[in-house]
Amino acid sequence: MLRGDQMTYEIPHLRALESEAIHVVREVAAEVERGVLLFSGGKDSAVVLHLARKAFWPAALPFPVMHVDTGHNFPEVIEYRDRMVADLDARLIVASVQESIDSGRVVEENGPRSSRNRLQSVTLLDAIEEHGFRAAFGGARRDEERARAKERILSFRDDFGQWDPKRQRPELWNLYNGFVKPGEHVRVFPLSNWTELDVWQYVREERIDLPSIYFAHRREVFRRDGMLYATSDFVELIDGEEPFEESVRFRTVGDMSCTGAVRSTAATLEEVVAEIAATRITERGETRADDRISEAAMEDRKKEGYF
Amino acid sequence: MAVASTGAATNGRPTVTRPSELVRFATAGSVDDGKSTLIGRLLYDTKSIFEDQLEQVERTSLQRGDGYVNLALLTDGLRAEREQGITIDVAYRYFHTPRRKFIIADTPGHPQYTRNMVTGASTADLALILVDARKGVLEQSRRHAFIASLLRIPHLVVCVNKMDLVDFDREVFDRICADFSGWAAKLDVSDLTFIPISALHGDNVAGRSDRMPWYDGPSLLYHLEHVHVASDRNLVDARFPVQWVVRPMSDDHHDYRGYAGEVASGVFRVGDEVVVLPSGIETRIAGIDTYEGPLEEAFPPLSVVLRLEDDIDVSRGDMISRPHNRPTEVRDVEAMVCWMSERPLQPAGRYRIKHTTRTVLAKADQLRYRIDVNTLHRQEDAGDLSLNEIGRLRLRLSSPLFLDEYRRNRATGSFILIDESTNDTVGAGMVL
Repeated sequence: MLRGDQMTYEIPHLRALESEAIHVVREVAAEVERGVLLFSGGKDSAVVLHLARKAFWPAALPFPVMHVDTGHNFPEVIEYRDRMVADLDARLIVASVQESIDSGRVVEENGPRSSRNRLQSVTLLDAIEEHGFRAAFGGARRDEERARAKERILSFRDDFGQWDPKRQRPELWNLYNGFVKPGEHVRVFPLSNWTELDVWQYVREERIDLPSIYFAHRREVFRRDGMLYATSDFVELIDGEEPFEESVRFRTVGDMSCTGAVRSTAATLEEVVAEIAATRITERGETRADDRISEAAMEDRKKEGYF
Repeated sequence: MAVASTGAATNGRPTVTRPSELVRFATAGSVDDGKSTLIGRLLYDTKSIFEDQLEQVERTSLQRGDGYVNLALLTDGLRAEREQGITIDVAYRYFHTPRRKFIIADTPGHPQYTRNMVTGASTADLALILVDARKGVLEQSRRHAFIASLLRIPHLVVCVNKMDLVDFDREVFDRICADFSGWAAKLDVSDLTFIPISALHGDNVAGRSDRMPWYDGPSLLYHLEHVHVASDRNLVDARFPVQWVVRPMSDDHHDYRGYAGEVASGVFRVGDEVVVLPSGIETRIAGIDTYEGPLEEAFPPLSVVLRLEDDIDVSRGDMISRPHNRPTEVRDVEAMVCWMSERPLQPAGRYRIKHTTRTVLAKADQLRYRIDVNTLHRQEDAGDLSLNEIGRLRLRLSSPLFLDEYRRNRATGSFILIDESTNDTVGAGMVL
């Protein structure tokens, strides 16, 4: 073995994580028919898209890209999505929550605190079934939340799209078992071992294009439950909530109705990475109302088929 | 990608500004050993805990009436686990220091969770085993050491915890070291380190404790940051399992044909003579491609695309290696197998076997013995292998695999068994 002053062949951790993710993407593409890449326009799915492009380069992506559209999007994110898809020459499928509501598959929540976040699961599962997808790539990370910390890189869903934490397949070495039965599908999380900081450092090193809302900008916001939300047509203000202008950016990208902003002046990638490295609050704790419902909010939603 | 903060394209080589290295370690121990507390302490002392996570833990500690901020709660994942105060599955945790990024595979220690420890240990560079200073080396500590050695984890660290409860007594520590070393001598452990700690109070966890002046070794964190893991990889035996054939068939890359995969071991250089298995055809490496440009050489664990000089038929599941250093072609495999399913190993049962990127059928030919993981006793008349049991098995294959001994090559010496009817992963194998 080479040692001493000879080459040690060490590689930086981001490169090791990248290599692992590319291995996962290729492995699933090879073993599971009919894959799809779930693309929300958020930073994590942007990184997955970037890695998928690398995995098959110089060939094109061997699967389409799907956006689950709540209809309550940040316009900047839709603009970004269309730009990325055009740039990659990928096939885009849009699964619409509005259509699920119109067709009576789901019932819209009412009131000022209503959100379409939870309804997405039904739209997503319907789309997976309609297109016959067997593998859906997503950008979830284990550091996001503690139910996620226990989830496998290949996460199996039964006929009902449910995740059963007690019946997960063991994952050993880099040997992934991609066998699925008709009706079942597998969610694939190539960024499982990445942290939020890893994602940002990687975005910086690779100069990955992101939606503008990740960088500080002036925006009209209002305060609710200690968080700042963007004013929009999708959110009703409650008595006493006063909109005001603030310099903010978003740490996550979700439905406009449940994604909070953080006060920030970080306008460049370098500044955002520095801010993330210094932050003392998790991205979900700081910006996601959907996780504040209960201690096991994510666990419950995952069992229903959530991302 | 730019490899380091210098931004220079260095083909993954060490750079002047030292980039941080990735280290994976597995922890084993039961709730009582203070394993969760130790992990909580490591996360806390490296400032990896966020304020909202800590508040959640403080709230829960208060509700439970713990009387202190129970750092162990940081690592509880699922509702059933919180309610029952147990860990049912492998959980992954992350923290970093300026030198390294760490991935912890946190595995429960109960005997029925052997399969979880095997899972966590399969990718680990280092195993961390906890021993309660008051109880000494228990059966489960021995089991954990056995699994770590079976899975060939290169570095083993024994943390003798709760030193505060034995008055930081050197004799207690020395006795446990001697006891454990005696057991480890029966195993195949290459690097064994003992550290006396108190996870609850943080002694010798992130920094050196002044309450154990007789101990002159490093703190746990210092050890984790400095243990040399890069040389644990096999850089001698060139092995490249083909994952995917890249054929763009586009105008720009009309005749391009490349073989995508992750280097399993060894180093591949442009111009190297190689052999493709199973065909046995020899050729040379024409190029090593990545999205960011060509490389002169590739080594584990890089994911790359190899192009070959001759136009030969290569497909997924093939193995590229060197003509004078090939893996062994076998139709019968002898292996240690850990059983991971509630349905026991069926005598003469048929399974899929996945080895690198190749999946073939296997028949359980003969269970030579089952091993008692607590005593290492070999039970030769064992009829079957049940969940969490480990045994030596001979498998007959439907078509050949290209293997190395696991002790020489973790990547090409390992396999999983998949149940044909349920598709579950039911066994983990290490080639003898």
